[in-house]
Amino acid sequence: MEFKDNEAIYLQIAAFVSDQILMGKWPAGQKIPSVRDMAVELEVNPNTVMRSYEFLQGLEIIYNKRGLGLFVADDGFDKVKAYRKENFVRQNLPELFKNMYLLGISIDEISLQYQNFQAQQNNELNQASHDENKQ
Amino acid sequence: MIQITNLNFCYDSKKPLFKNLNLSLKAGHIYGLLGKNGAGKSTLLKNIAGLAFPQSGKCLINGTESSKRLVSTLQNLYFIAEEVYVPALTPGQFLERTASFYPAFSITDFYSYLKILDIDPDLLMTKMSYGQQKKLIIAFGLATNTGVLILDEPTNGLDIPSKVQFRKLIASVLNEERCIIISTHQVRDLDSLIDTILILDDHRIVIENTVDELTDKLFFGVFKDLTGMNVLYEEDTLMGKYAIVQNTAGKYGKMDLELLFNATTTNSSKLLNVLKPTTNHA
Repeated sequence: MEFKDNEAIYLQIAAFVSDQILMGKWPAGQKIPSVRDMAVELEVNPNTVMRSYEFLQGLEIIYNKRGLGLFVADDGFDKVKAYRKENFVRQNLPELFKNMYLLGISIDEISLQYQNFQAQQNNELNQASHDENKQ
Repeated sequence: MIQITNLNFCYDSKKPLFKNLNLSLKAGHIYGLLGKNGAGKSTLLKNIAGLAFPQSGKCLINGTESSKRLVSTLQNLYFIAEEVYVPALTPGQFLERTASFYPAFSITDFYSYLKILDIDPDLLMTKMSYGQQKKLIIAFGLATNTGVLILDEPTNGLDIPSKVQFRKLIASVLNEERCIIISTHQVRDLDSLIDTILILDDHRIVIENTVDELTDKLFFGVFKDLTGMNVLYEEDTLMGKYAIVQNTAGKYGKMDLELLFNATTTNSSKLLNVLKPTTNHA
């Protein structure tokens, strides 16, 4: 994993875990890699991974089963989504607005683009489930 | 775990290397010791390991002076020197003769580390290349499972895949009972492994801060305009000023150890003022 320079590494690791949950790779109740395994995989200090996991525990996205390890919370998916949404509104949206303003892009133009994007995503999803049904 | 108080040391009485040096190291951390050539990094490590003796002051490991070289201290400490010495034995024979000095030694770990580092356990160590000898001693040192592990320039002589494996190994062996001290010039090799930075300069430890503290208090970045900021150190680049400024906005900029090092070893008073703890806490 390549780390970016503009965000603390522990937050980037937390984002990586969140991504796995959002993409459905780690569903509710799934055990997540131990601090040691994650540190070895990412070649980082285990204390950094510990901080990421404490951060995610604080947001109740993962929880600790004593002696067994860390697991994705039942509502982990929703919690990640809510947290990400809040971040998007706070950080990414102002950036997007700034660019729209500078480049003179209207909301209607964006709305049209977004509808196309949604349609494309839905098509891909339908295609994927269709393929699965065939098998 | 390691407590150094008022350490004075010199090889030549006209040129003191350490003047009243103080340092305290705890278990559960990976310390990165940085310093210019000749600042005394290796000598400091040797004082900790009981291989060099202070003229005055104390260097304690778990409350015992390391210069006494007690068995109880030495069996819980492993020092991997920059230049390794190997006898004409195979790793297996070396293990049979040496491992019993370390009560917590794990033979299983040793062979698994050899495999990970791609070392032939049946080859005479004297027939190995410098890099292989170094990796072998690293494997042995990690397998001793000692509470104190000291590594002097461990990545020197390691090839690119070995550096990756080395980082993975170090990440895997840290635990709450272990204190790992690594001296290095290759700061980029160990960047995300070290959690506490120690900079040795001007006969003492000038920086003794966790990476989190440093990135909380300092901001590293390229600036077109530095007005209104508390500039602690700056270098000219094509993109603008590459600078360390006081972090007042709570922003994050990846710590650049090279820049921090240059700042500390040139004119550091402003920087050190910002890093000074505001309250006295243990």
